[in-house]
Amino acid sequence: MDILVCVKRVPDSAENEISVAAGGADISREDLVYAVNEWDNYAVEEAIQIVEREGGSVTVVALGEADIEESVRREMAMGAEQGLMLVDDRFAGSDGLGVATILQAAVLKGSYDLILTGAQADDGAAQVGGMLAALLDWPFASLVNRIEVTGKTLRIGREIEGGSQELNEIETPCVLSIQTGINEPRYVGLRGIRKVASVEIPVLDSAALGLDAARVGPAAAKVRRVDYFVPVAGVGAEMLTGSTKELATQLVELLKLKGGIN
Amino acid sequence: MATQVFALIPHSAGKVDDAALELLSAARAMFPEAAPTALVLGSGPSLADMALEVAASFGEVWSFNQEALAYPNAELIRPLLVKVLPAGALVLLPHSTLGIDLGPGLSVKLGAAYLPDVVGFDGLNGNQLKVVRQEFAGQVSAHVQADLSNGAVITVRSGAFPPALTGSGGGQVVDKSGAAAGLTARRRFLAVVQAEAGDVDITREEVLVAVGRGIGEQDNLALVDDLAKAMGATVCCSRPIVDAKWLDKGRQVGTSGQTVKPKVYLALGISGAFQHLGGLKGNPFVVAINKNPKAPIFQAAQVGVVADLLELLPELTAQLEKSR
Repeated sequence: MDILVCVKRVPDSAENEISVAAGGADISREDLVYAVNEWDNYAVEEAIQIVEREGGSVTVVALGEADIEESVRREMAMGAEQGLMLVDDRFAGSDGLGVATILQAAVLKGSYDLILTGAQADDGAAQVGGMLAALLDWPFASLVNRIEVTGKTLRIGREIEGGSQELNEIETPCVLSIQTGINEPRYVGLRGIRKVASVEIPVLDSAALGLDAARVGPAAAKVRRVDYFVPVAGVGAEMLTGSTKELATQLVELLKLKGGIN
Repeated sequence: MATQVFALIPHSAGKVDDAALELLSAARAMFPEAAPTALVLGSGPSLADMALEVAASFGEVWSFNQEALAYPNAELIRPLLVKVLPAGALVLLPHSTLGIDLGPGLSVKLGAAYLPDVVGFDGLNGNQLKVVRQEFAGQVSAHVQADLSNGAVITVRSGAFPPALTGSGGGQVVDKSGAAAGLTARRRFLAVVQAEAGDVDITREEVLVAVGRGIGEQDNLALVDDLAKAMGATVCCSRPIVDAKWLDKGRQVGTSGQTVKPKVYLALGISGAFQHLGGLKGNPFVVAINKNPKAPIFQAAQVGVVADLLELLPELTAQLEKSR
């Protein structure tokens, strides 16, 4: 099974306090820690495990500026033999459909049985996988938390409300968006990254992809972010201050008062 | 605006979901001049009752009653909607696991703009709709503008719009079941496997100590256990702790886990993503401890502390034990 996994380099929202830059045109990018989108690590791990069981290949693709190379190499170090970078100034400012259109061109350049994406990324839109499937006219399933290969079809589980699992059968080729928790992504050490440091990663622009640049970028976007802002805070929490000892004392009193001690 | 507005009505086990009236409320906020049409898809005798119930609130109801629609398979619903919706339709879906499955591809097939996980409305100017979304796990908000000239698919976050009052619709039910005949898809629904019951039932507990990613390492969970013991409370958690297999799925609070209704909820190292807060009901007294002062949990909490859990938890446990 030949698998393409789409990954995104994002500011790690678990490691960063995200704040709005002056004027709201962007978030403050200074001192941000970047990482591969958390969901995408599960997607790459799942692809590697499928190929370990069934044979085939894993290719990791990312779209962005030159700094995506670090992200692609990190994911390749998990055990994906091939990488692909889609880099073109004209890609910047694409909406979700623009990103899916660029990825579609990359998919059509190769030959894949299965495309995996993370279920969502930093913007919480959860849109690119489903759009890519629609553009390719391939079947799609979101929030996948189990994959079992049975010949040309897959038996998959989707995570639905309340933590239940919806079982489906889906034909290949197809696009699946992967939910966290489907597996335990392997640790990537420095040695692993060194091993793939010299592997050549093709870099494709719109011309190399055979893509009409008018279909992507800000001019083609139906949806655009106007600005970032910090919502007018509600009442919010009463913030306690003091030394560790003073904080603990205040918390003990509050918990007692509110019935927090059984 | 002459364009028609539609809402896909979520339902399960023969009952209309509360989210139906939130979609109506969102539709009225964004497109006050439209009388939204409800789309009710399913199978069996309960569908007619649900269509009638919905008709009390919506301007019109399109009912699709077909065996193939007994379970909401997005791969079947998408081509059906593409077939029956007029050009330029504005389609509202809940940002649920069905909406996420259906919406992106539907927007592509309709040639429409896609606005996912909308939490607010900020204006309609001609064909330009401005909405509010959240990014970076709720740490910042964004105004997002969409060109509606070829329609839009909009998924609405649960709880973002207050449910509309029922009874203001009085619409008729139009049976469109014929349009749904002969649907096929390359993805077939097999079954739903219910979540396994865990060793504890956190839904019945009155005092919960909830732990999230901010605890850092698995070994640090002992600090949480000690505190919970000192309080006589039960430990629950947010999604990353279950993903890491540190605690059972039965202890997860959130839309993809359990819905809890405690009196007191102590949130430790939990950022407060909406998926987590969606499982916290009954208006509990929430105390949040987090090292990130921007964490959205502080908007949901009554009392907050910005602190390092590894320092504060042992001290808190020690003082609690001493005070008993």
